[in-house]
Amino acid sequence: MTTRPKTDGAGDASREPTADSQWPLWEVFLQPGSGAPHEHVGSVHAVDAEQALQNARDVYARRGEGNNIWVVPTRSITASTPDDMGPFFDPGNDKPYRHPQFYKAPRGVRL
Amino acid sequence: MDQPQTASAEDTARNAEFEARIARGETIEPKDWMPERYRRQLVRMMSQHAHSEIVGMLPEGNWITRAPTLRRKMGLLAKVQDEAGHGLYIYCGTETLGVDRHELVQQLLNGTAKYSSIFNYPTLTWADIGAIGWLVDGAAIVNQTMLAKASYGPYARAMVRICKEENFHKKQGFEMITTLAGGTPEQRRMAQDALNRWWWPSLMMFGPHDKDSPNSEEMTRWGVKRKSNDELRQRFINLTVAQAIAIDLKIPDPMLRYDEGTENWEIGPIDWSEFWRVVKGDGPCNRERLAARRKAHDDGEWVRVAAAAYAEKQAGTSQAA
Repeated sequence: MTTRPKTDGAGDASREPTADSQWPLWEVFLQPGSGAPHEHVGSVHAVDAEQALQNARDVYARRGEGNNIWVVPTRSITASTPDDMGPFFDPGNDKPYRHPQFYKAPRGVRL
Repeated sequence: MDQPQTASAEDTARNAEFEARIARGETIEPKDWMPERYRRQLVRMMSQHAHSEIVGMLPEGNWITRAPTLRRKMGLLAKVQDEAGHGLYIYCGTETLGVDRHELVQQLLNGTAKYSSIFNYPTLTWADIGAIGWLVDGAAIVNQTMLAKASYGPYARAMVRICKEENFHKKQGFEMITTLAGGTPEQRRMAQDALNRWWWPSLMMFGPHDKDSPNSEEMTRWGVKRKSNDELRQRFINLTVAQAIAIDLKIPDPMLRYDEGTENWEIGPIDWSEFWRVVKGDGPCNRERLAARRKAHDDGEWVRVAAAAYAEKQAGTSQAA
């Protein structure tokens, strides 16, 4: 059901860095403002987490776009696969009773 | 025996489903099934675009130390740094298609990859820096605004980010040209001279006429390109002629005329022999640009080695502790 990811921003995660290395790949998540959720913005190459953070700041936050950054090794991300999208999400698709529109209220009553 | 048949029937079905998704305006994401040719064409197009951002730093970097004021210097430094960032956004998008950035960088350095021909023209005076921001970034914005709706998600998202930043590039360039155009007669001549030299190459940035553009039909069908080269070029011309008139500079085209019927500025013929000459490697600066890029890459070698050695040492320390 799940595979190693090639998420947005991620290259082939199974590939080892080569000579004249571009270094391992890290996915970058930026929190645009206080209280906002972190959002994926892209990736950077870096030797370690500290450098990944610095590179992410220089590449994705040159204009104060965020107040917090997460970097995650690309190879650590597991993602669902588009091919299995139907069966994988199926349990949530046929349960209209999970939505308020499923239920009726007397006319004129504000809920 | 019937395995190949099954595979091709499956492929046909997947192709049809893919084309249907494009037709519905859906966005294609990295892990989605895509025709191999779609993937390859995107790698070609996106890596050329990324290389252009990187090589695009060179003509402007040439003038950072000679900027006339601190204000201009800060602006230019920030712009050149943005171009590096733009290159990285698009390389990162290209990597989602399963290529390694290392391969792409090698293709640039060994001359097998193309980049935008505009960067093979020299920046002879300070006014050229203004003209680049105004015309070259102006043309890039027209093109990239269209690409922000491209069918491939990572490419489209990189374009949204880039377009936001390029508006500053264009505006700082136009401010420079406006200042020069309103300055001493000599400064005015500089501004006009820069427009004379950059006008036609900027129009060529949109690529050959639609009828001579072999990749366009396919990229349009796949929703990567939403407008044709000629449509985009015309949009840029209409925007830019009005701006030149506003600062009293003359577009270097004796045949330029306004068509009341179409509400378009019609230009004279473009010298495509010049375009192809520069594309094929014989522009004024092709060799110089690649040599500068290779030198920068080689000169950075020790930084990459040092960073890797440091990381290795740190990893060793934390294991020991």
